[in-house]
Amino acid sequence: MRAQATRYVRLAWRRLISMRTALVLLFLLALASVPGSLLPQRPLNPAKVDAYLRTHGGWGRFLDRIGMFDVFGAAWFAAIYLLLFVSLAGCLVPRIRQHARAVARKPLPAPKNLDRLPESGGFASGDTPAAYARAARAVLGRRWRIVQRDEPDGVVTLSAEKGYTRETGNLLFHVALLTALVLIAVGRLFSYQGSVIVQQGQGFCNSPTAYDSWRPGRMAADGRIGPAPFCIDSLNQFTATYLTDGEPSKFSADVTYSKVLPDGTDGPAIHHTITVNHPLRLEGDRVYLINHGFAPKVTVRMPDGSVQRDQATFLPTDPSTFLSDGAFQEQGPQGAGKDVGIEGFFAPTPAVGNDGGVTSASPQVDNPVLGIFVYEGTLNPNGLPQSVYSLNKAELHRIGQANLRIGQTARMPNGIAVTFDGWVPWVSLQVSHDPTQGYLLIVAVTAVVGLIGSLAVRRRRLWLRITPAPAGKPDSPTVVAVGGLARSDTGNFTTEFAGVLSRLRDAATPIEPALVGAGKE
Amino acid sequence: MAVNTGLAHLSDALFTTAIATYSLAMACYTAEYAFGRRGRVAATSRAEARVLVGAGGPSVEQPVAEAPARRSSTRRAAGERLGRLAVVLTVLGAAIHLGSIALRGVAADRVPWGNMYEFSSVAGVIAILAFLGALWRAPQIRYIGVFVMLPVILLMFLAGTVLYAKDAPLVPALQSYWLAIHVTAAAGSEGILITSAVFTVLFLIRQRYDAVTAGAGRLRFPVTLGARLPAPETLDKVAYRTVAFAFPIYTFGVIAGAIWAEAAWGRYWGWDPKETWAFIAWVIYAAYLHARATAGWKGRSAAWINLLGFGAMTFNFFVVNIVISGLHSYAGLN
Repeated sequence: MRAQATRYVRLAWRRLISMRTALVLLFLLALASVPGSLLPQRPLNPAKVDAYLRTHGGWGRFLDRIGMFDVFGAAWFAAIYLLLFVSLAGCLVPRIRQHARAVARKPLPAPKNLDRLPESGGFASGDTPAAYARAARAVLGRRWRIVQRDEPDGVVTLSAEKGYTRETGNLLFHVALLTALVLIAVGRLFSYQGSVIVQQGQGFCNSPTAYDSWRPGRMAADGRIGPAPFCIDSLNQFTATYLTDGEPSKFSADVTYSKVLPDGTDGPAIHHTITVNHPLRLEGDRVYLINHGFAPKVTVRMPDGSVQRDQATFLPTDPSTFLSDGAFQEQGPQGAGKDVGIEGFFAPTPAVGNDGGVTSASPQVDNPVLGIFVYEGTLNPNGLPQSVYSLNKAELHRIGQANLRIGQTARMPNGIAVTFDGWVPWVSLQVSHDPTQGYLLIVAVTAVVGLIGSLAVRRRRLWLRITPAPAGKPDSPTVVAVGGLARSDTGNFTTEFAGVLSRLRDAATPIEPALVGAGKE
Repeated sequence: MAVNTGLAHLSDALFTTAIATYSLAMACYTAEYAFGRRGRVAATSRAEARVLVGAGGPSVEQPVAEAPARRSSTRRAAGERLGRLAVVLTVLGAAIHLGSIALRGVAADRVPWGNMYEFSSVAGVIAILAFLGALWRAPQIRYIGVFVMLPVILLMFLAGTVLYAKDAPLVPALQSYWLAIHVTAAAGSEGILITSAVFTVLFLIRQRYDAVTAGAGRLRFPVTLGARLPAPETLDKVAYRTVAFAFPIYTFGVIAGAIWAEAAWGRYWGWDPKETWAFIAWVIYAAYLHARATAGWKGRSAAWINLLGFGAMTFNFFVVNIVISGLHSYAGLN
């Protein structure tokens, strides 16, 4: 019974490490990736997933349950690639052993009849067998591994083999793939990523609480690694440059940053310009310029006559014109119901839209308009966390609306007035950390090198049987028989062999014409 | 940075001229295919190869293949002449095509593969060069040039009409030297893989033709084309060689893309739809290379896997760029 079980296990293992299984798993891997590109994915775009779920009801919930909205994090996807890599490892280990043995072993002795090989030829030489063997070895050079053997009757044979790099490259490539998988897994454990919106003139320190969105790997989530110690002290200036046709040509964020020294004090302030494609790299972290937008500035006169200044981040709703939406929330005295809320839009280059309202014609700022809807009442009555980009209007009532140019003031009932003072740019910065990506690059380059070796190098075997003149016929020439075998990728081996044969023939000392006939077999 | 419109227009004119030249070349290939006798060219070159092997080796007798029949008909000579003309036209067309690509780059002072039109153009010229390269190694395949010209002309026609985008400077996300590296590798390998797909289709046709002539099924178009195609082994070998050549370049292209993504988007891999489909195509081509070395999968099955990989690559180029939105959406089509 137990023997039977062992037999089944062994059989299953052999099945798993077979090339057929690997092929099927490769197909499964390709097939399993397809929904990841056709359905919205939660790690990439959670809002789209929610929209899909809202419109697809039960079908959407079913897809969600089987992990279709996070395909590349799903258990069944992991099962496929883990099986594939187990199969690969199971196949690799014996092959590495086998290859090591093949490299260590001497090339096989020459067969008796070389003309039975796929490629063969021969010629006569005026040299003695030993002398010709020397000449032939010189012709073949160092690319061939050659073993010379002496046989009875003065016959000398050469066994030559080349192209070991093919299998070496093949194994290297596959080992690199396995290593890459391990590195990716380790990298995900130790990685973290945070993103934050910074208005011009503001800054932040690299700590989880500073981020609008914080995505730690397992180690960072458990607090076993902390973010690298540095602060972006200030976004000094953000510049967007546009071409005459409105297409952007350059985004750059000029920042001042400082590292936090081991004793807890701040290091010297350093200036740096972050642009798209050129992140700031420091302390093992990378700081990226991801997005940008506008933060309009307003002065609000409250119902009690006090004045509040504010600037709020507006989010672009149209990526091509940068028409942006946002809100201002001005708290009055606690519980008085005299808070002022403003929802609005910012049009960098105002234009009249199809519906007659104001829209934006371009992401460049040219005499911008701030459209406002002003509310009075109690902001955020239940005290729960509330979006800073919109208002909770449960206990607010609208008291007026206006479209303002810079410097203009809109007067509302109850003494409320709103002045559009101007705007500052904001940028969205992302801080990323992945300690293994440098190693991963090395592994990837190794994989490509191995791949080239495994596809470009060809395994070849060549034998020479050099027979001296028969005893008693000292005038007869030495006869050289050559045979060749292509062990992989036969390609143009016929031509290749012909080339080697003619070079070998050229290395032979010519014999007098009279002897040619005698040399013939 | 303004675009030199004069040069840009000249580039467009050269692009059109290249299509016209390729079309003429295709007409000549077709004529050779129709008039030239199958196997004649192949037989001649085979005989030459034997003579080369035997040359200078008096002690070895090589059975020299029978000299091709000397029934020299004018039709056949015409076929030969047309075939040579076709190659000349192909080289000329490729030169004009390269000129068009170079001028477009000069006009906007950037690498000339920043949108789908330019990418198609580059992939097309690479496919032509890959075919010329194959021709250099195996001259006997010349008369099947029509099957390479056809998809390339089709691709260029699509590029010039549907995918066309005016020469313009690059958006900030594309302003990186990785554009030159990543997209060159991608366009280069995809151009070569087009050639491989063509040879694979011809292989399948020829194999089907052999099966049909051996008594299975009826002879119908396109299987009838098989009558004049090279031996299935040759076609299979060329298809494999081209994939073996392109696959490391493709792999390098994906890695270069990952390096660029790390600098531009904050991560080396993020399963963006373009990345996902690049992965899918890579896995399928890897499966092809394995299938060709696995008993029971060689030949027909492997050929279909090759075409599946080509399908995934084409999907990645057309559908993912145009229909599915992602980070790679800078097709220049709005």
